[in-house]
Amino acid sequence: MKIDVAYVAELARLELTDEEKAVFQPQLESIVGYVEKISTVDVEGVEPMMHGREIVNAFREDIVRESLPVETALANAPQRVGDEFLLPKIVEGADS
Amino acid sequence: MPLYELGIKAAQEGLAKGEFTSADLVESIIARYHERNGEIGAYLTFDEEGALRLAHENPKAVPIAIKDLINVAGQPCTCASKILKGYVSPYDATVIRNLKANGFIPAGRVNMDEFAMGSSTENSGLGVTRNPYDLTRVPGGSSGGSAAAVGGNLAIAALGSDTGGSIRQPASFCNCVGVKPSYGRVSRYGVTAFASSLDQVGPMTKSVEDAAILLKALAGHDEMDGTTPDVPVPDYAAALAGATMKGVRLGLAKEYLEVTGMDPEVKRITDEAIRACEAAGAELVEVSLPHTEYAMAVYYIIAPAEASANLARFDGVRYGHRSAQATDVFSLYTKSRAEGFGPEVKRRIIMGTYVLSSGYYDAYYGRAQRVRTLIKRDFDAAFEKVDALVTPCAPTPAFAFGAHQDPLTMYLNDLYTIPSALAGVCASSVPAGFTRDTHLPVGVQFICGGFEEEKLLKVSKAYEDCNH
Repeated sequence: MKIDVAYVAELARLELTDEEKAVFQPQLESIVGYVEKISTVDVEGVEPMMHGREIVNAFREDIVRESLPVETALANAPQRVGDEFLLPKIVEGADS
Repeated sequence: MPLYELGIKAAQEGLAKGEFTSADLVESIIARYHERNGEIGAYLTFDEEGALRLAHENPKAVPIAIKDLINVAGQPCTCASKILKGYVSPYDATVIRNLKANGFIPAGRVNMDEFAMGSSTENSGLGVTRNPYDLTRVPGGSSGGSAAAVGGNLAIAALGSDTGGSIRQPASFCNCVGVKPSYGRVSRYGVTAFASSLDQVGPMTKSVEDAAILLKALAGHDEMDGTTPDVPVPDYAAALAGATMKGVRLGLAKEYLEVTGMDPEVKRITDEAIRACEAAGAELVEVSLPHTEYAMAVYYIIAPAEASANLARFDGVRYGHRSAQATDVFSLYTKSRAEGFGPEVKRRIIMGTYVLSSGYYDAYYGRAQRVRTLIKRDFDAAFEKVDALVTPCAPTPAFAFGAHQDPLTMYLNDLYTIPSALAGVCASSVPAGFTRDTHLPVGVQFICGGFEEEKLLKVSKAYEDCNH
């Protein structure tokens, strides 16, 4: 199984060096080769198990409660302006 | 006996009798930390002042070492990753609130494989942890810091987390008791997510009774974690009184016991454990879990897939490392993540993204979820015949640093612990003996059905008693 590591890394928003790509390529192909053994299992009519335990509609009361204070929420921000996270410009052509 | 050698039960008794205070316990651990942590590296950080302050405020509380992926307000929480260097938790995880409400305080942050991905703690981005029983060997992982702290008497007890064996395998390597609770028994609110359909927090202790006391404090419904049902938490420690092997139907599964590649000393110690259980009155019953051989493959699809989604939150925007080289939002993501994550985390993110990507989802993730159902059904069928399964915990004792350079051979370490994680049932690792030539600890695993921790702890205790 050939994996396009550069393409998948881009999907995962990970920049890889050429060296990393060269190392990961055979490793990932060997892991994918291993996990392909499940293709031989007969799963006709078997429901998927999505979680460790079946639980339906775990709701809590929909009431307003105290949330993290703004200062606490921003305390780990890499960069901030006032009460906001500072980021590079996202929309093309818009004024920053 | 120095106070740092105590377990939870003995510490609680001494505190109750007024023989010492919580601050005495913390001071003893801090002294031990200064003496031994340089060599063992169990702790990443230890806020001595903070721990002592908590101890003075709670003079009857027992200090617990905390795996560095569980949030404690005001403390670092790095998940042993460079991407979270400098991060300070804004709030307490539910398990920390539960600890504090039940006579415990958090003290010290212990090392782990980065984001809990690994079986040796060699994947930590922030430090090396050595096995206290042989400093040339790994402590296991991912909860290697927790195991080394408890096994090396640098803590009274510790919290670990288990996704595919991360409590049980290091417990086996470092001569501790480790319990992976059933999925949903313990809240993960405030615990950094790795694979959300598998992750559980659990105790790592010096005895089964300690594990029972600590699990009682941790477990229960939490409205902040929708996977925790409102099922009463029994008094596990009280249930241990009179624990016996008499009449226990103990399952022996050939898929666990007739495996090639198992270390002969692990085989010997496991066989002796089984004989000891039988001699103590257990009825041995042969069972089969035919889909066991697919569990590793299922796990290495499901866990990376969920990890790739969970770790998308580390994007350099709200917290964590932000690349100084970023020129736009896309490069902010790709460069921050490239600089912050270590190789195993990158590998698993790519693996997870691949199996979820368009055109492959059904063949990998969708199919893995169906095979997972079959694995779960194997356990359901086995538990109709037996009370508990007894298996090896890991195929080898602690191995040397650098022994597994190939990721796939490292993954095989979790052969015996992964199926029960996928099934969502509970399991323990209990110290069983030492290898003859190398004198390394080896644990044996017991597995019980979902939410049957009381039964699991009783069987584990009965084994612990007959092994002495």
